Amino acid sequence: MELFTEGDPIADTKAPAGPVEKRWETRRFEAKLVNPANRRKMTVIVVGTGLAGGSAAATLAEQGYHVKSYCYQDSPRRAHSIAAQGGINAAKNYRNDGDSVHRLFYDTVKGGDFRSRESNVHRLAEVSVNIIDQCVAQGVPFAREYGGLLDTRSFGGAQVQRTFYARGQTGQQLLLGAYQALERQIGLGNVEMNARHEMLELVLVDGKARGIVVRDLVTGEISTEMADAVVLASGGYGNVFYLSTNAKGCNVTATWRAHRKGAYFANPCYTQIHPTCIPVSGDHQSKLTLMSESLRNDGRVWVPKTKGDDRNPREIPENERDYYLERIYPSFGNLVPRDIASRAAKNVCDEGRGVGPTKLGVYLDFADAINRLGRKAIEAKYGNLFEMYERITGEDPYEVPMRIYPAVHYTMGGLWVDYDLQSNIPGLFVIGEANFSDHGANRLGASALMQGLADGYFVLPTTLANYLASGPLEKVDASHPAAVAARTDVEDRVQRLLAVDGDRTVDSFHRELGQIMWEHCGMERSEAGLRKAIDEIRGLREQFWQRVKVSGTGEELNQSLEKAGRVADFFELAELMCIDALHREESCGGHFRAEHQTPDGEAQRDDDRFAYVAAWEFTADGEPSVLHKEDLKFEYVHPTQRSYK
Amino acid sequence: MNLTLRIWRQKGPEDKGRMVTYPVDDVSPDMSFLEMLDVLNERLILSGEDPVAFDHDCREGICGMCGLMINGDAHGPQRGTTACQLHMRQFKDGETIDIEPWRASAFPVIKDLVVNRGAFDKIIAAGGYVTAPTGSAPEAHSTPVAKANADAAFESAACIGCGACVAACPNGSGMLFTAAKLTQLSLLPQGQPERYTRVIGMVDAHDEAGFGGCTNAGECTPACPKGIPLNTIGRLNRDYLAATAKGANNTPGS
Repeated sequence: MELFTEGDPIADTKAPAGPVEKRWETRRFEAKLVNPANRRKMTVIVVGTGLAGGSAAATLAEQGYHVKSYCYQDSPRRAHSIAAQGGINAAKNYRNDGDSVHRLFYDTVKGGDFRSRESNVHRLAEVSVNIIDQCVAQGVPFAREYGGLLDTRSFGGAQVQRTFYARGQTGQQLLLGAYQALERQIGLGNVEMNARHEMLELVLVDGKARGIVVRDLVTGEISTEMADAVVLASGGYGNVFYLSTNAKGCNVTATWRAHRKGAYFANPCYTQIHPTCIPVSGDHQSKLTLMSESLRNDGRVWVPKTKGDDRNPREIPENERDYYLERIYPSFGNLVPRDIASRAAKNVCDEGRGVGPTKLGVYLDFADAINRLGRKAIEAKYGNLFEMYERITGEDPYEVPMRIYPAVHYTMGGLWVDYDLQSNIPGLFVIGEANFSDHGANRLGASALMQGLADGYFVLPTTLANYLASGPLEKVDASHPAAVAARTDVEDRVQRLLAVDGDRTVDSFHRELGQIMWEHCGMERSEAGLRKAIDEIRGLREQFWQRVKVSGTGEELNQSLEKAGRVADFFELAELMCIDALHREESCGGHFRAEHQTPDGEAQRDDDRFAYVAAWEFTADGEPSVLHKEDLKFEYVHPTQRSYK
Repeated sequence: MNLTLRIWRQKGPEDKGRMVTYPVDDVSPDMSFLEMLDVLNERLILSGEDPVAFDHDCREGICGMCGLMINGDAHGPQRGTTACQLHMRQFKDGETIDIEPWRASAFPVIKDLVVNRGAFDKIIAAGGYVTAPTGSAPEAHSTPVAKANADAAFESAACIGCGACVAACPNGSGMLFTAAKLTQLSLLPQGQPERYTRVIGMVDAHDEAGFGGCTNAGECTPACPKGIPLNTIGRLNRDYLAATAKGANNTPGS
């Protein structure tokens, strides 16, 4: 059977025509408004409380809408945005180093390997400056200079210092700013907060998104919640690989359930493998820990020149070390974008020059920086990261070079959205990492925080109003036949998972799925490998439904049941990721096909055939998905072979 | 390593609960503490027993979701470390380890090692913010902040809301958590307009949620994985005193 069929092309019809720098202003003016008295009568559901969902829920409530917010954690403050370390980009040009909105726009389109929409990226660069203002006003304690003004640093893929930061905890501080704004609205009664609740289904009424089915993770109660619009801010799907830098609970269920109800899933194969993570230490490993990319500002990446050189790194003389990033990419050096740094690390390890017990590692060495700046300066900049490294590995990075290796970190793919961040289902909006986003085939460092907050604070509140103003929508409640059917589906699915009562745990399946994905749909993909992966995933998925063992009942706090539902959805997503990777016969950004590389091993795009967004439509279980192409046009940043040499 | 675990098992809020002993063999010193619990849970599931419920998410010490009393210490023996970042090399072969939930009346047990920390959110909702609706912000550089104040604000803002301070306190007080947020915001110019209403609101919410009072036992800071300093509570007390001296109406011009 065919793996997929091709359907009609799609297009974004919401971005206005005209010069790119005027489009957002035009759209804001053209967007319809909702009278403040009417906003009170409208309910918006927001799923997820990270930077995108938290900022959106707070802002919509400030505007006067009634908001219902959901997160699976015990508090909205714990969403995984909190773990972002390095910083947030903004085109403030406080350094007077040649930055501008246009340069941030240019860098982001280029960094994404020319696979994103120019209109969206330009808007992102424009609102980046407002985000910094907003966060400072909330009391976010950004790093400052002695004169009291904000400090910035440089980050991978950029030659200007536009990254604002709060030590190695920028995500935490930005998220707490959004969380506090959200708590203020909860206190005022404008937001109904439902922590420890997980969305398990989307409810459509007359083709519009009108509600969700949620499970209360404490009591197990399944209920249907209705609204005028639904916003998904449920994050990325990196945990399909089992081992990733994502939090253990991160999952694809909210967006996957919406996909099965008709929302297109775009570019699922675009995943970001982050170059600086702590290497895997053994089979027990449950997650991977990132070491901030900011470390590459001062750390130098190297491996021994000769294979199998097992000497203590301090005993390897300078002339026997290969600082391979500086050698191959002299103009960007250790600050090349993530996709390039990750692949380079894989290449030297494949050559047999990897370090550490597993030989899957490279050194990130601070000796030069410590000599040049002094240990104190390095402590002030990176102290918390060095401590974290030592806790996990038992090694002191002030004395011994860090060992790092690439790990799954972020997913550029996600639900397809138009310029208004609305999916192809009316009333279903998708923001933050959950949408297919503004990052193309590769995200630049410090741009995820920027996009999450741009979507939540500034873009969605404008575009959602435009949708709601087209109402009023018919009043519906949980007794509507579509809502009842969705709820019954969820209840049946929970019972099915519990009924298998097999002999393998959910984690054992998840781990095996992750191995297949890492092997064949990770840093390097090939046709043969992807075809093999698709077969293996199908076989394993069948086994899952015959052999999985979920303990306990549905009417209680049951963490093994929660995991089972998430892994079941990961199986379906994994297959689509491989099909997407297989059909894209080119290399671009984080998607590297072994068959498509330049003579010196760099990604080779094929703009004639693949300058499009691949948006996949679900048909039915066991039936091929339908591919819809959205052509990408580049009027301002002309596609070139990306070079950081 | 071979270990004996004694773990608090409690089916639900109404159950009395008890310590149950589980031997765990073949523990690697490179495992994290939670990975060691994962190994136990895999075994329990396969043998048809209910796995141990415990909260965790990021497993990198920043989300604040994990929280275990390990041998009577909040987050275990290593200072400045959450339970998820604690590694088994901190323990000895053959050791017996007691694992219990946070014990505090403001944090009722939901199941096994999982507690309800919603009271912390209520404290924040009662004033732990700057009122700055989206879109209303002035240009970020219009108000410089002395570096020393910005750095000290950051130090307090590093709180992850895990609740170890409450679990370690003999009174079950949430003062370190409350004071950390108050200190952050009162050190910044953006936090000044609401400074005194904030402290009253948050302290009242703290007391209403059933936390105990602070008697300077000083157990909280050593237990705090982020090392929030004890002097933040002093700052809270000073602001609280100033706020009450101003009277409930927060007399203008004073």
